[in-house]
Amino acid sequence: MGITWNEIKEGQEIPVLKKNCSTQQLVQWAAGSGDFYQIHYDKDFAISTGLPGLIVHGALKNAFLGQLVHDWVGRNGRIKQYGCSYRGMDYPNEDILCKGVVKRRYEENGKKLVALEVWTENKEGARTTPGSAIVEFTN
Amino acid sequence: MAESAAEESLITDEMRATIGDKSEPSTLEVDKLQIRLFARAVGHVDPIYFDEEEAKKAGFRSLPCPPGYLGTAIFDPRTSDATFGGRRGGAPPPEPRRPLNRILNGGNEFEYLGDICAGDVLTAVSYVSDIQERKASLGEMLITQSKTEYRNQNNELVAVATGTGIRY
Repeated sequence: MGITWNEIKEGQEIPVLKKNCSTQQLVQWAAGSGDFYQIHYDKDFAISTGLPGLIVHGALKNAFLGQLVHDWVGRNGRIKQYGCSYRGMDYPNEDILCKGVVKRRYEENGKKLVALEVWTENKEGARTTPGSAIVEFTN
Repeated sequence: MAESAAEESLITDEMRATIGDKSEPSTLEVDKLQIRLFARAVGHVDPIYFDEEEAKKAGFRSLPCPPGYLGTAIFDPRTSDATFGGRRGGAPPPEPRRPLNRILNGGNEFEYLGDICAGDVLTAVSYVSDIQERKASLGEMLITQSKTEYRNQNNELVAVATGTGIRY
């Protein structure tokens, strides 16, 4: 599984990963990440802080982008670097589309590297979590 | 337009002096149970995060860390924060010149220098790497970048995480 170095072209879009968080998934993430802040699973608490309701953890969207790249690379390489900024809130039961595009395919010190732009998009098409990644390919 | 006294930098000399100061090391355990829980929460479908044989076939010693997971701080009710699990207390960082009461997580970035797998024990040391200020739609903002270096049980640097905290 996964794309190989020879198949990659600059400008190529990577397959979209669609997410839609149930509140159950947010509770699973609280346990998985250790972040038990109540704005992510206790609606009354979230509203009491001035939020419109529950919000998706930024770090979960970060992890979604990690999955997006991991699933694209498969067994053919390793993620060397990835990250994102949190620019907008996302809410449970709304689609979050994780997308990416190849910005640069290059060799450096004998390593086969690919730099990507990655982001999550909300239902209005706004990029709530823009980021980037660098992958080293071995195949 | 003349700059009034109120336009003085938010960042005090005391704050700048903390840049680069290393925290006490903290220990994080990487284990199979937590890797599966994390991967399940994200919705990962690759069996290397769940099935140890699949992980070994893919060249890992055991289940590898999914992207974004760098071990779990050892929870101790005497010293850990009830909500976030990390160590509580310690001296609070110096305050900016004008009070800022709200906090946002600005972003997270991970750099991987080696494989991290279940069974590893990581030692993390953090430090503030940069402090900037900006005027934005939310008003005055203080942007603090912190780095955490993760070393494994063989003292190999395996990951560096960069976090951006915003106060406004």
